[in-house]
Amino acid sequence: MEKWADNKAWFLVLPVFVVVAFSAIIPLMTVVNYSVQDIFGPGNAVFVGTEWFEQMLTDHRLHDALWRQFLFSGLVLLIEIPLGILIALAMPKKGWGVSASLVTLAIPLLIPWNVIGTIWIIFTRPDIGLFGVGINSLDLLEVPFDHTARPSYAWVTLMAMEVWHWTPLVALLCYAGLRAIPEAYYQAAKIDGASAWAVFRYIQLPKMRGVLTIAVLLRWMDSFLIYAEPFALTGGGPGNSTTFLSIYLVKLATGQFDLGPAAAFSLIYFLIVLLFSFIFYQALLNVGKGEKAS
Amino acid sequence: MRVRKRYIALFFYFLVLVVPIYWMLNMSLRSNADILGTFSLYPSHLTFKNYIKVFTDPTWYSGYINAIIYVTLNTLMSLAFALPAAYAFSRYKFLGDGQMFFWLLTNRMAPPAVFLLPYFQLYSTVNLIDTHIAVALAHCLFNVPLAVWILEGFMSGIPKEIDETAFIDGYSFPRFFFTLFIPLIRAGVGVTAFFCFMFSWVELLFARTLTVTEAKPIVATMTRTISATGLDWGLLAANGILTIVPGALVIWFVRNHLAKGFALGRV
Repeated sequence: MEKWADNKAWFLVLPVFVVVAFSAIIPLMTVVNYSVQDIFGPGNAVFVGTEWFEQMLTDHRLHDALWRQFLFSGLVLLIEIPLGILIALAMPKKGWGVSASLVTLAIPLLIPWNVIGTIWIIFTRPDIGLFGVGINSLDLLEVPFDHTARPSYAWVTLMAMEVWHWTPLVALLCYAGLRAIPEAYYQAAKIDGASAWAVFRYIQLPKMRGVLTIAVLLRWMDSFLIYAEPFALTGGGPGNSTTFLSIYLVKLATGQFDLGPAAAFSLIYFLIVLLFSFIFYQALLNVGKGEKAS
Repeated sequence: MRVRKRYIALFFYFLVLVVPIYWMLNMSLRSNADILGTFSLYPSHLTFKNYIKVFTDPTWYSGYINAIIYVTLNTLMSLAFALPAAYAFSRYKFLGDGQMFFWLLTNRMAPPAVFLLPYFQLYSTVNLIDTHIAVALAHCLFNVPLAVWILEGFMSGIPKEIDETAFIDGYSFPRFFFTLFIPLIRAGVGVTAFFCFMFSWVELLFARTLTVTEAKPIVATMTRTISATGLDWGLLAANGILTIVPGALVIWFVRNHLAKGFALGRV
């Protein structure tokens, strides 16, 4: 669609600009301000330049949190994307089953994020949880299951929760992509005697490219920003084993009141996210073009 | 045969999806002593005591009222701001449109933890701490960009010839926009409203930081109870179940547009 060229359209965008700028730019400038000062109290601050940035870039706990975050987001993608594709492929294509599946899939996505944590505490606790009691009654584990007992247990619980929570999103997107494939493609494949694998590899997967790009990027971004669920489930523990970037940042800023380092860290965090946002943006634009052209 | 196996696998997946929620429902219908005393797969001593407590104790039910107030405010604000902007992005080329569109996206992707502290200071300065409007305004940070993106997706599906014909017929812009154009994309407006409602409802960090008592939402009340001693699991579970209700009530209406909403209007 050819667009009209008119700079007066800015008047329509101005309200959005003002309200988002109020919520985004002023706080961001405050963060920048903090990040170059050492603040002792109101009206008592010293300019320290890039000291906090240097401190943060060499902070081992930050590096640990960052690697933990990459590991977590990577695992999330490795599990959720294939699983989501499988679910989308298995979903019914017509009849009452379609609506029923869509609504069931959507339920975890509508639950407040810390309630997700609550659900999984109640579900996995070794004294009252179905999963906790169930797995301990099998007597397979050396140390009885308790997500606060061992880092590996905490990770398993967190991953189970994350996969439970967000795989439906991947499945929903893939399902939308699959539904956009014309029936004629499948008929042609049938005439050619194509195997189910060939249909998937040469028809379904290429047609899902757009939605899969969105799914991968959304899951990457959101898991990178994760806060409420691990906060409610493990609080970052045991030890620091599930302290992800956001949790570390909030601990730093509100727990220890290290404003300068926290602000410097925020900016680094924000820049990482900005980089991914840019990749995401380019992908989204191309997705739009690709779908319209075909 | 193949088809049958596929549906059995799908059925088991849905079972896994529902069981943790069932477990919370089970807990919510039992007393705390019963929960800690006996392990039972279903509420053998059925009680609605937890729900009655939530609905009669102001420290609990006010959390729902507060959340509903700011979520509704936020949804209305997001729509009011986003509708004209989305129209501009879908119809016009203007200086910096691409950059602006990208900038909106970065705010949708911004880590809330980064903004936490300055938000507290900013809203303290303008005396808005512990008000509903503060949370509603803060949630605009991610909901307005989301609304613009989704609405732009829906608006771009309407041919521009409709606008041109209306203007030739002598419609003024506001009259065209409100009486012709918005009714055309009402499905999109509904879906956008749903997503704004949802993302504001599920958010915890801003809501907890910007409220103290007067506007404290239920999600914040719940986290504070977790840290307190003498945890009442039944009560916590009942609250968990109640927070799912609003989403569950409206999900049916938007089921076919969910993917589009989550894909920021790009599917």
